[in-house]
Amino acid sequence: MKYVDANLVAKKMNGRLAANHISQIIFLLATLIGLVVLVILFYRVLMDGLGWINFDFLTNRLSTRPERAGIMGALLGTLWLMIVVAPVTMLLGIGTAIYLEEYAKKGRMHSFIQTNISNLAGVPSIVFGILGLTVFVRGLGFGNIVLAGGLTMSLLVLPIVVVASQEALRAVPQFLREASYGMGATKWQTIKNVVLPAAIPGILTGLILALSRAVGETAPLVVIGIPALLIPFPNGIFDKFTVLPMQIYYWTIDASIVEEYANLAAATIVVLLVVLLIMNSIAVMIRNKYQKRY
Amino acid sequence: MTTLTDSVEVTDSTKEDKNIVYDTKNLNLWYGDDQALRDINLQITENEVTAIIGPSGCGKSTYLKTLNRMVELVPVVRTSGEILYRGKNIFDKTYQVETLRTNVGMVFQKPNPFPKSIYDNIAYGPRIHGIKNKKILDEIVEKSLRGAAIWDEVKDRLKDNAYGMSGGQQQRLCIARCLAIEPDVILMDEPTSALDPISTLKVEDLIQELKKSYSIIIVTHNMQQAARISDKTAFFLSGEVIEFSDTDKMFSNPKNKQTEDYITGRFG
Repeated sequence: MKYVDANLVAKKMNGRLAANHISQIIFLLATLIGLVVLVILFYRVLMDGLGWINFDFLTNRLSTRPERAGIMGALLGTLWLMIVVAPVTMLLGIGTAIYLEEYAKKGRMHSFIQTNISNLAGVPSIVFGILGLTVFVRGLGFGNIVLAGGLTMSLLVLPIVVVASQEALRAVPQFLREASYGMGATKWQTIKNVVLPAAIPGILTGLILALSRAVGETAPLVVIGIPALLIPFPNGIFDKFTVLPMQIYYWTIDASIVEEYANLAAATIVVLLVVLLIMNSIAVMIRNKYQKRY
Repeated sequence: MTTLTDSVEVTDSTKEDKNIVYDTKNLNLWYGDDQALRDINLQITENEVTAIIGPSGCGKSTYLKTLNRMVELVPVVRTSGEILYRGKNIFDKTYQVETLRTNVGMVFQKPNPFPKSIYDNIAYGPRIHGIKNKKILDEIVEKSLRGAAIWDEVKDRLKDNAYGMSGGQQQRLCIARCLAIEPDVILMDEPTSALDPISTLKVEDLIQELKKSYSIIIVTHNMQQAARISDKTAFFLSGEVIEFSDTDKMFSNPKNKQTEDYITGRFG
């Protein structure tokens, strides 16, 4: 007497295969719905905005007259913002990750800090805006300049860099550290010469993803009080500024007053998406190039 | 008369002390609550190959890693007792572990070159100890690679990444890298277990050559290897030293029943 009855198996086989097929279709639909919505969004944005993108649009100053309005100011503002955010998050983020992974004793304190960094990643971005307003704009009296916005954004994306860097450091095989310690190297020499070079690709990937998040964020800057209409270009980190998503935000709001603003907003979305896609592609390229070296 | 005999004995023991590299006294070690080493007492002699054998989990690798305090990379390790290296207790609070590891090189079970060029792998040790002069580094690299009998194979591709070498070459590179810090003692943790027989033979020949200038302590799973290359052998079982004597004696006439069972292959 066999427990697995061949007749019974044969009888139920078609049903089982059908169930498998149906599951496959359900999961495919789940995937497609997200994709379709994205495609529709792209289509609409491209239809509304593509016709408005030209050299003048990219290089002109902001204007209340739609046909003369350009986004050079917002592009420069985004660039200056990145110039603040990149080094600040790099130093603070990698520093924190190195401390937590390489130096800190694993214990209660360590898990407390670790948990809070993860919690920080879940804090809504508008709360960071209020923090920035309190500490940098008012507390330190910076006003709504690039530096204040950049520092606020740095805090916002810091957890991303910390977590990505920690993962990159953890992925460096222990035997490389052992080889270095075994020759009498100090911890810092080991980190500097062996661990960091091996972890850099992963850290860079995290850094670029964090930057692209900062480029796309709007809420904290709304709270800080970025001007709705800013004609002069920002020329440094102490100037007032606006950024691409802020520009989109104000044009979208004012589209009820001037209809063409909707097209300007769409055109700016296209530019912003291109910038973000390029940044994300670079991150993916770095990741693929240096994957699995051990 | 008593005083005379006493003084003779003292002279004898000091004379012997000169040749003792490591003196382990009542060493106990715990990983958390598990005791891995129990009351180890061992003396390692200069310019000899000391083999440590025993079944898996007997504490032989742990003991080796305690000799350069590498075992402390595991966060929950506790020890008691002393290990005197050249007369100084390496567990002293003031003892600098970096200095110890500069004097005591280590070769690991799996070849672990850095993902750098062959040259940079060898120059790593001298560089971290402050040697920057290119000419001196060149000399050290050549001398170390020659010392590890691999110079002829790699001299034309010093700038190539070490990951392009075969496993056996990588292990000899790691030995060369260890020689570059001009150590006094070399610890080897099953250095041939990941290698093919021919590479193993090369490394064994190399060990014979190296013992003229270095004191070598080697952990091995391979009893024939211990018999072939070592002068003294320590047999570990369940964290204890069961027997420690000249290799010839141990393999021809083991004193302990458990040692005999192990080396004749009846268990382990």
